Amino acid sequence: MAAYADEGPLGQLVAWLTDPGHWTGPGGVPTRLLEHLELSALAVIAGIAVAVPAGLVIGHTGRGAFLATSVANMGRAIPSYALLLILFPVFGFGLGAPLVALLLLTIPPILTNTYVGVRSVDRDTVEAGRGMGFTARQILLRIEARLALPLVLAGIRTAAVQAVATATLAALIAGGGLGRFIVDGFARRDEGQLLAGALFVGVLAIVTERVFGFLERRAVPPGLLSGRGAEVATPGAPVGAGRA
Amino acid sequence: MIRWDWIGRNLDDIAESLAEHLTLTVIAVLVGFALSFAASLLIHRRRWLYAPFTSVSGFLYTIPSLALFAFLVPFTGLSLLTAEIGLVSYTLLILIRNTVAGLDGVPAEVREAADGMGYSRSQRLWRVELPLALPVIVAGLRIATVTTIGLVMVTALIGQGGLGQLMLRGFNRQFPTMIYVGFVLSVALAVIADAALLLAQRALTPWSRGGVR
Amino acid sequence: MAGATVEFRHVTKRYDRGHKGRGAVNDLSLTVPAGNICVLVGPSGCGKTTTLKMVNRLIEPTSGEILIDGRDVQKEPVTELRRRIGYVIQQVGLFPHLTIGQNVAVVPSLLGWSNARKAERVEELLTLVGLDAARYRDRYPHQLSGGERQRVGVARALAADPPVMLMDEPFGAVDPIVRERLQNEFLRLQRELAKTILFVTHDIDEAIKMGDVVAVMQTGGVLAQFGTPTDILANPSSDFVARFVGADRGLKRLSLMRVADLELRPPVTARPGDHAAESRSRALADPFPYLLLVDTDGRPLGWLDERSIPQTGVITDAMAIPMSPLVGFDTTLKDALSMMLDADVHAAIAVDEQGCVHGLVTVDAIAEVMQRRADRWSR
Ligand SMILES: Nc1ncnc2c1ncn2[C@@H]1O[C@H](COP(=O)(O)OP(=O)(O)OP(=O)(O)O)[C@@H](O)[C@H]1O
Ligand SMILES: [Mg+2]
Repeated sequence: MAAYADEGPLGQLVAWLTDPGHWTGPGGVPTRLLEHLELSALAVIAGIAVAVPAGLVIGHTGRGAFLATSVANMGRAIPSYALLLILFPVFGFGLGAPLVALLLLTIPPILTNTYVGVRSVDRDTVEAGRGMGFTARQILLRIEARLALPLVLAGIRTAAVQAVATATLAALIAGGGLGRFIVDGFARRDEGQLLAGALFVGVLAIVTERVFGFLERRAVPPGLLSGRGAEVATPGAPVGAGRA
Repeated sequence: MIRWDWIGRNLDDIAESLAEHLTLTVIAVLVGFALSFAASLLIHRRRWLYAPFTSVSGFLYTIPSLALFAFLVPFTGLSLLTAEIGLVSYTLLILIRNTVAGLDGVPAEVREAADGMGYSRSQRLWRVELPLALPVIVAGLRIATVTTIGLVMVTALIGQGGLGQLMLRGFNRQFPTMIYVGFVLSVALAVIADAALLLAQRALTPWSRGGVR
Repeated sequence: MAGATVEFRHVTKRYDRGHKGRGAVNDLSLTVPAGNICVLVGPSGCGKTTTLKMVNRLIEPTSGEILIDGRDVQKEPVTELRRRIGYVIQQVGLFPHLTIGQNVAVVPSLLGWSNARKAERVEELLTLVGLDAARYRDRYPHQLSGGERQRVGVARALAADPPVMLMDEPFGAVDPIVRERLQNEFLRLQRELAKTILFVTHDIDEAIKMGDVVAVMQTGGVLAQFGTPTDILANPSSDFVARFVGADRGLKRLSLMRVADLELRPPVTARPGDHAAESRSRALADPFPYLLLVDTDGRPLGWLDERSIPQTGVITDAMAIPMSPLVGFDTTLKDALSMMLDADVHAAIAVDEQGCVHGLVTVDAIAEVMQRRADRWSR
């Protein structure tokens, strides 16, 4: 390491990346990546399991709308970093604190977008479905859920990017994942490691964004114009991307 | 579980953290708004700029904050500058999107009436379009401000951080009271800033019925 | 400021420059005399709005020129030109963030008038368009009804007293009753103001009612006919115009003529107390065999027909059967005819402002005047 010390940040980055020792073992890149993905995926899946059904029901019945928008606003106001630190005393070391923190961050965007997606289905379409003899359940699943899908996926995309970002912060409370490289890099003043960590996390976030964005475009029902024009952010409105 | 006596003894420290948090936020939002506003006016004139501007700011927005700070530190050090570069870059996407959407939202007939009455382009912009876009612009500012208040926390890792610093010290010393104080104050700050901006918008746009939620 | 002449000379507008095809407006030439309302009417998409907007250069013509009082609009700075032309658009386009007073004062503000002068003008104009200035001045547009907004739109266009006004379906967004009222008020206003007005509508009835001259346009921005409403109704220049003005154009012409245009038939009259036998013989000698009972001032009381005039004795007002409709000299023949068809006696009584009988309007008289006009136009 010392041999490269005066090569400048980029030289150190290259040196770190080309060191085969960093790519194997329990502290190696593949392991850290898996840890990172495991934590993020768990949080997103749990978030979907909770928020999608809740959002569908709230959107369909119109009851609990206030709750849905409050949750969304809260999700924005409570910083993920603070959430991690505050959950730590409760859960201690381990997966508990990061998982709960991530879950609390993945639920709001999925919930609001599902709810808004169902709400914004043209009432005439629903009326027509009812007229054709669809049951309430069929209306919900075949019409409302189908038409809300692009917005639901947008919510999931936000949640996933958010999860990947926040999973990085888990390293602060002694968790694993790619964030370790950054936190350790800071601690050891190892710029190569620091930059490598930043690179991995940045790329992972961008890739996640792109993959979910791709799924989202695939899910737009043919015949519906792509709704991905200028998205406007209003407090309480559906979200397009998240932040941690 | 909360050590009230500690809070009582350290009010000065806490106030200082709060003030630092607020300063970091205000600088970031003001600089971010100035940049976004200029970018939005450019986009308003040259539509094709929208895609490049939003994809660059969207790219920045997607990179996790910790990674962004980590990228910057080798170049700009553990400094206020590093913190602000990161914070500002996160405000751009929201502010540009909302400012452009606000300007786009001006009804075509209002714009046409303005032209027909003989407003020059810049008169139309400053006297008609921007005032009408204000509610949507402020909606963007509210979100940018609340988001920034949260992100300032993370700058604790690069030696800044206001209330984040307080929480981090509490974490390192295994002293939960500091964590709770930092948390409660940051959430309170976000809620108050949001409400203040909403009230300011209501006061500035007496014509809109209730304004944006 | 009274009106200015507006002249179109071979004006063409093509939106798709590359194509050699037909433009939205093609080789349009017409002159609107100062102080006239010229209505542009035609089916949707025929280029009315395009024509209008070329006057204040919201749209630039591809070729040709437009002159206001002989001055080419192209040669003037565009913002100054627009400030001298009143503009009323269909969707009204009031500025939502300005109060009604500020909306009306928009052009005066651009022209740098003093606050006192602006306030005075706002007051004057709101009153002119029938809104109580004190009540409306400080409201915002969303606090007004559609009809009230239309009025404010007109007031705003009039603010700097422009010689020329462009109005694109100005009464399009209100219900028929309010529209009728706004039309009437506007015509009354125009009698004082004498602006030159280009008025767009796709409603032929509105065109006939509002226009001193009417330009019927055909798809492709081609001028199908230009003339007075009477002219166009009596002598459509093509099948297109005939179809556009409608199969009922004869009836529409009735709405352009008034009782004053007719030769009124003198009625056979009697007063209460007159001898029945003498009155009866006078009535039966007339081709219109009814007796009109009038009071001592000459105001009508009712009709007596052959059966209700007694053979002997005197006539009393109890004998009169219900009155047929009363019309003034200003009543259109269309309204008069319509009222007559509903009445027991098929004649309307023309009275002056004091209510005194001047003569009778009969179906025959209306048919005759229509015939006469048609002959004159076809010659
Ligand atoms: N900005 C534009 N670009 C291209 N074509 C246009 C544009 N504006 C109008 N057109 C076309 O020009 C023609 C005339 O349009 P215009 O708006 O003048 O019609 P109009 O007579 O006012 O119709 P309407 O009664 O529906 O308002 C139409 O075929 C329309 O499609
Ligand atoms: Mg039109």
